Amino acid sequence: MNAILSLIAVIGLVLIPLIGVKGANLHFLFGIVVPYIAIIVFLIGVISRVMKWGRVPVPFCIPTTCGQQQSLPWIKQSKLDNPSTTSGVVGRMLLEVLLFRSLFSNTKFELREGPKLSYGSTKWLWLGGLAFHWSFFIVLVRHIRLFTEPVPAFLKNVEALDGFLQVGIPGVLISGVVLLLAVTYLFLRRVFVPQVRYISLAADYFPLFLIMSIAITGILMRYFLRVDLVSIKTLTMGLVTFNTKIPEGISVIFYIHLLLVSTLIAYIPYSKIMHLGGVLLSPTRNLPNNSRMVRHVNPWNYPVEVHTYQEYEDEFRDKMKNAGLPVEKE
Amino acid sequence: MYNGGKIIAGLIIFVGLFTFPIFYNMGKTSAMPEPKLDTPVIKQLVEKRCVESKEYMRANHMQLLDNWRDLVIREGNLVYESTGGKKYIMSLQNTCMHCHSNKKEFCDKCHNYANVKPYCWSCHIPPKENEI
Repeated sequence: MNAILSLIAVIGLVLIPLIGVKGANLHFLFGIVVPYIAIIVFLIGVISRVMKWGRVPVPFCIPTTCGQQQSLPWIKQSKLDNPSTTSGVVGRMLLEVLLFRSLFSNTKFELREGPKLSYGSTKWLWLGGLAFHWSFFIVLVRHIRLFTEPVPAFLKNVEALDGFLQVGIPGVLISGVVLLLAVTYLFLRRVFVPQVRYISLAADYFPLFLIMSIAITGILMRYFLRVDLVSIKTLTMGLVTFNTKIPEGISVIFYIHLLLVSTLIAYIPYSKIMHLGGVLLSPTRNLPNNSRMVRHVNPWNYPVEVHTYQEYEDEFRDKMKNAGLPVEKE
Repeated sequence: MYNGGKIIAGLIIFVGLFTFPIFYNMGKTSAMPEPKLDTPVIKQLVEKRCVESKEYMRANHMQLLDNWRDLVIREGNLVYESTGGKKYIMSLQNTCMHCHSNKKEFCDKCHNYANVKPYCWSCHIPPKENEI
């Protein structure tokens, strides 16, 4: 049900520009207004969400500890899995962001006959996630060519490497194909693994369908429907130089792609995709495990007014003496 | 705000990276590249028409050239009959570049703009052009 709702939403998003551009000629709205709004919503959303997270106090030192903590000198510390220094934290964070180490340790357990409980390691989610994120990143980098003039030299190398198979004309770019395959795998995993299906919400399916449709429209534009790249770059360059123009002859598939991308960009700060900022602000990942070396002060500790015995005695010394009570200071 | 310095620095870097094209292109105006069609050979043509229509060539020239390569190299077929019934020798250097002898002002104009690097010239010899 969740999946079907999300699919209907994405189909609706495809139909809007189809009707709006083809039927009502709203090129200006879909080519210029919508992308600008999406970018503004994205930037404001990301900044406000990160600021909101930044204002949340962290009362305890709660890093996840996945290995031997720093202890006596002759006990070997697991520096990356249980970092006690900032550099260790940075190392663990980098490996997590770039290589998804926590997914690599993903395990699966099942009840077999006996009854026996057996544990095994599953790398499929790690592999699918890694393929998805990295190919998406390369696709994103490749799109810089539409927003820069002259195009930075390194992009030629990126594209040459991405298309080194030299299959067909225009050459197949590996990242686009891998992106579509990986996002399809991640979707099928949600559908076919019962436990994952049980916990999947519409908010899980929607971004998957959205990214899938973005990849499909992109691949259609490049290999099958053949859009006019020069006109499209004129439009995108107009957007980044604030000198907007709508060239003639841009196919409607481009406007569909653009609306889907705008939706994704505007949706990021208000959805699970915000994990791109959240991972850096997770106390379980960005704190060093140094609770035995450094005192972690709870920032919301209320300043308690205390009245020590010394102060008490100073205040009541005369009365105490009169009553014959022993005092520490005469 | 806790760790405000680090978080704000991170945000500034992120926004800077995200809006990098705006700074990169600041002060430039982008004009659509116009490939030049004023070579001596084209000027002398009575009917200024490529092997197929302008719209078709614009969208499909790379696939046409790819087909030509396969037809000539793999099947030994040298003559292309266009939709108008006119016959052409399938040759990049001798047919295409005969008219479009200005690679820099014709091919490269759009290819550079769109960051496309066709591998035609890793085998073929580009026409000699006077350095401007």
